[in-house]
Amino acid sequence: MNADLITSLYVFVLAGFIGFEVIRRISPLLHTPLMSLTNALDAIAVVGAIIMAGEGKSTLATVLGTIAIVAATSNIVGGFLITDRMLKMFKTSRSQKP
Amino acid sequence: MNSFFGAGTAIELTYLAATILFILSLKWMNTPSTARHGVWAGEIGMAVAVIGTLLNRGIVDYKWIAIGLVLGTIIGVPLGKVQMTAVPQRTALSHAFGALCVTLVGTSEFYLRTPMVPRFTMSVLSMEVILGSLTFTGSLMAAGKLQELLPQRPITYRGQNLVNLSLLAVAVGVAVYLVLHPGHALLFPLIVGIPLLFGVLMIVPIGGADMPTVISLLNSYAGLSAAAMGFVLNSKLLIIAGALDGASGFILSVNMSKAMNRSFSNVLFGAFGQEQAAVAAADGEARTVRSASAEEAAVILGAANKVVIVPGYGMAVAQAQHKVRELYDVLTKRGVDVKFGIHPVAGRMPGHMNVLLAEADIPYDKLLDMDEINPEFPQTDVALVVGANDVTNPAARNEASSPIFGMPILDVDKARTVMVIKRSMSPGFAGIDNPLYYLDKTLMLFGDAKSFVGAIVRELAGQSA
Repeated sequence: MNADLITSLYVFVLAGFIGFEVIRRISPLLHTPLMSLTNALDAIAVVGAIIMAGEGKSTLATVLGTIAIVAATSNIVGGFLITDRMLKMFKTSRSQKP
Repeated sequence: MNSFFGAGTAIELTYLAATILFILSLKWMNTPSTARHGVWAGEIGMAVAVIGTLLNRGIVDYKWIAIGLVLGTIIGVPLGKVQMTAVPQRTALSHAFGALCVTLVGTSEFYLRTPMVPRFTMSVLSMEVILGSLTFTGSLMAAGKLQELLPQRPITYRGQNLVNLSLLAVAVGVAVYLVLHPGHALLFPLIVGIPLLFGVLMIVPIGGADMPTVISLLNSYAGLSAAAMGFVLNSKLLIIAGALDGASGFILSVNMSKAMNRSFSNVLFGAFGQEQAAVAAADGEARTVRSASAEEAAVILGAANKVVIVPGYGMAVAQAQHKVRELYDVLTKRGVDVKFGIHPVAGRMPGHMNVLLAEADIPYDKLLDMDEINPEFPQTDVALVVGANDVTNPAARNEASSPIFGMPILDVDKARTVMVIKRSMSPGFAGIDNPLYYLDKTLMLFGDAKSFVGAIVRELAGQSA
């Protein structure tokens, strides 16, 4: 168990560094879609909610798990949709000559 | 989560695939030309991970999962189709949903495992629910303010910070107690309830112009709470996604507070607004400004070689971005070099102006951020400020007594002529007078941004006909 937690800490720290390095390079132009994208990715928390709602260990877990699925799924669907809509709007002056 | 050989390994592999895709997704976000691939990578990663999870043998009943997924989709689709001007409040709302999910899962995890919760698990679980619940209500409050359901004005009272910090301290204290004695399940509601209250109180004193920083900070908290959930459930995928989101929110918050020359604690605990009232009043002696009509403005713009348009939140409020695009078109057609200078905190969230202008079909290579555009102002004939104020205030550069002294600004005052479209002479969010308006080279264009820009466009079109 302890070894697991230590591994998790390593994973967290390394992922944090990757996050910094990758996100630092993103142009301020795209900061709004970036936020909606990371928000959608963050909704991967849905995997925890799915297990909570599906294991049927207690009524409370099923109820809270189901609400959690609703919340996370709306972020996944809404987040990806709006990010793509925003990105579609970004055009260069070369690509949009009439 | 268990690992039966076979199914367990397969599930872990789907999570690994999702991890790779998520990182690629962010990597591809770095330029507009590959950004949409980023979205697709994210979608595929998400789908793979969800399918992998559904294969988990611990799941005995799919009914509620299905109901949750369907309901979530029904709510998510309209949230993905909101107007671009509503993106800041939508984003705040989605932080609230993310935090809600994390808090609920953390809560049920606690009740399933109490009284046998190992100390480390209980510590991260406390972090998960504390961060989750304060982000939940904080983001709802932010969304409410952005949607103007709640007053945008900061609400402050004596001892506010003391009250807020004490509340947080109590919640942390209870959490520490629970780590030591995880059997006291009766105390658990406190580490959900108190942060819920704290989240509300934290946002009460925050005004509209601080929203970019606050939204970024809430984004970061939502990510960190998800990472904490990953520790509790021992899910590496969740830890990674949470860490990426947390890092992203953190970088954006740092950018935003740098752009306002303020520290985090100052944004969260030092409501702007009140102290400046005195400064503005003292500065209130009558000074003259020059104003101009749309016709005069059109003549000057038409004769310019290089124009930089500086948009601010006022442009979004007046919905003037499409008229601005018409102005861009008519000037470009005459051979005028038109660019946009965008301050990092223009608008209500990071990158807000870029999205609005892109929606109005302005090519993104004309949208320059502060560091790119500032060296160009001395060669600029006309700087046209549409609905921006404090981010153009030269006092930030040269008046040490100004409350915004030190804040990086767009050097519009270095252009040959400055035009400012503004409803009236009332000061901006910070309540600070803007010396820019009294310069000899500055022309004030009084009126609604949308109709004024429209009038200039008509004049210009008339001239060329």
